[in-house]
Amino acid sequence: MTTVWVPCDAAAVSVGADEVADAFAAAGATVRRNGSRGMLWLEPLVEVETDGVRMGYANVTPADVPDVLTGSAESIGAVEDHEWLTAQKRVTFARVGVIEPTDIAAYQEHGGYAGLTRALAMDPAAVVQEVIESGLRGRGGAGFPTGIKWETVRSASADLKFVACNADEGDSGTFADRMLMEGDPFSLIEGMTIAAHAVGASEGYIYIRSEYPHAIATFRRAIEIAYAHGFLGQGIRGSDLSFDLHVRVGAGAYICGEETSMLDSLEGRRGEVRAKPPIPALEGLWGKPTVVNNVISLATVPMILADGGAAYGSLGFEKSRGTSVFQLAGNVRRGGIVELEFGIPIRDLVAGFGGGTRSGRPIKAVQIGGPLGAYVPPEQFDLELAYETLAENDAMIGHGGVVVFDDTMDASAMARFAMEFCAKESCGKCTPCRIGSVRGTEVIDRITGATDDGVRRTQLTILDELCTTMAKGSLCAMGGLTPMPVRSALKHFPEDFGITEHADADASAAAESAGDIESATEATGGARP
Amino acid sequence: MDDARQSQPSAVREHDVRQLAQRHLGERGALMPILHEVVDRLGYVAEEDIPVIADVLNLSRADVHGVVTFYHDFRRTPPPARQVQLCRGEACQSVGAEDLYASVTSTYAHAPEVEVREVFCLGNCALGPSGLLDGRLVGRLTPERVAALVGAESSS
Repeated sequence: MTTVWVPCDAAAVSVGADEVADAFAAAGATVRRNGSRGMLWLEPLVEVETDGVRMGYANVTPADVPDVLTGSAESIGAVEDHEWLTAQKRVTFARVGVIEPTDIAAYQEHGGYAGLTRALAMDPAAVVQEVIESGLRGRGGAGFPTGIKWETVRSASADLKFVACNADEGDSGTFADRMLMEGDPFSLIEGMTIAAHAVGASEGYIYIRSEYPHAIATFRRAIEIAYAHGFLGQGIRGSDLSFDLHVRVGAGAYICGEETSMLDSLEGRRGEVRAKPPIPALEGLWGKPTVVNNVISLATVPMILADGGAAYGSLGFEKSRGTSVFQLAGNVRRGGIVELEFGIPIRDLVAGFGGGTRSGRPIKAVQIGGPLGAYVPPEQFDLELAYETLAENDAMIGHGGVVVFDDTMDASAMARFAMEFCAKESCGKCTPCRIGSVRGTEVIDRITGATDDGVRRTQLTILDELCTTMAKGSLCAMGGLTPMPVRSALKHFPEDFGITEHADADASAAAESAGDIESATEATGGARP
Repeated sequence: MDDARQSQPSAVREHDVRQLAQRHLGERGALMPILHEVVDRLGYVAEEDIPVIADVLNLSRADVHGVVTFYHDFRRTPPPARQVQLCRGEACQSVGAEDLYASVTSTYAHAPEVEVREVFCLGNCALGPSGLLDGRLVGRLTPERVAALVGAESSS
């Protein structure tokens, strides 16, 4: 009987993978459900396995099933040899798309739980040291060194400590956390368990956004299986470590991706931002020391412990060590997951892997790092994708999402949308964010609707001051970074705001104050809101 | 959503909500899981549920009310027969989500059984415009595909 792999990833399902899987089953094939390889433009990407080789068939519909089974359909060749994959450096995503997500035996055959096994034989301080040595930085966007955070929690004395995973991946253009939870959930469970051992935590919470029902279901199933195999609970794998892991589901609030809002939400309260200090590492969940990390950060830890911090640290670019899981999204011909060492130029990602726009029109800009990230024009596509390189150019890498726009994009509409989004999703605790965002939409409307340059000049000055107030005065990065897309849109595309040469000086004055944003990032310690 | 759930006598509803809430009492931060379960099972959080949940958790009504109203997911009115949520995130906007949203909203403006709402990102950003149709994720949407999906499922 023929074995056919049909992805169960939500993206594949959104374009018909479940119907295709049913059709293969009805035709008598053995259907196995893997995660997605991340070549999303090919979904549903079906793989027919013969003698260990998995031949790929792209964009399969139920009507194609007979031809795929007889071999008369056109194949894209062996999937593992596809140049889009061979050109990548898959570390965190090594197993995603390859194995069945909740097959714990396959997980172990592919290197899973080697990291935990080694960690459990090590002193917690040595585990932390290994993570510090790897140079791993927070993949949620803030880029804080993971090992340093762990050391703070480890050295805090408390009767109870927590590990909290932030899986509230709300940034538009990002889907790596989702695909990892759906495609290789045990790597995250293993990473959280290693964190628990390293810092002395006994309970873990993962906060998954409600917009990800597939990820929630897969992750809950994976937790049950991990308990059944002794990888969670009391005395894990015969060691002294006891660790219980709980899923909590968000409720449609973007702000809960900000770590302190998430903590309040986990505690069963309104997801309002907390002032820092105290930092969550010392006073986090229910006032106890808490490790808060992003999904990708934690899912990378097993590999670091299995192969050693030095191995991971040998990858990367300047102070951005290791790999980054980029997500190519929006108006792009070949969208999906591209995991590479840090340092690839934007152009190689967008034009090389992405193949330009889906519409076939010229690229006008890419927005990097989610709704709070900058719009970057093609003139800057030689910039390397790394934390510092982008920060030095008034942009940020965020969670690695890259959204492509063609030349029909209206930059003033996107700037207005940034303010509108902030107004809708602000937690309301601080004034610059709550009120400033509403005023921001009004001011941008006045700029684009201005009948003469005098009015426009006045409003540009107001917008500039407003952006400065939000960047410097907001409690967290939501209000603090909303000026980033606004200012970058204004700086690179003044013509979309109706700005003629006469008003150029003012426009650039408004756009050039982007230094404020840097201070906002530093003050709030986070890029993800 | 079947009518029985919406027209439940309040004494029965109170009993159900209390039982449901009590099952979560051992959990840390139980309020969010309780509210999710109320919406999953009863369709929405009714005004009369708030004092019941507050009583079980020993919270003030204001605390519970504050949480219910903070989050988009905790709807406070019975759900319509069909729910269409369309993504308005930047990635979906880059492939026409704003036009799609405007078109679908106007198509169902006078159809009380179909509710069209905006949502910001479903994590399907390479296959946009994306949406949730009665909770099911769908990609590469066009006005025609939305109409076909709404039509197909209401006749099934």
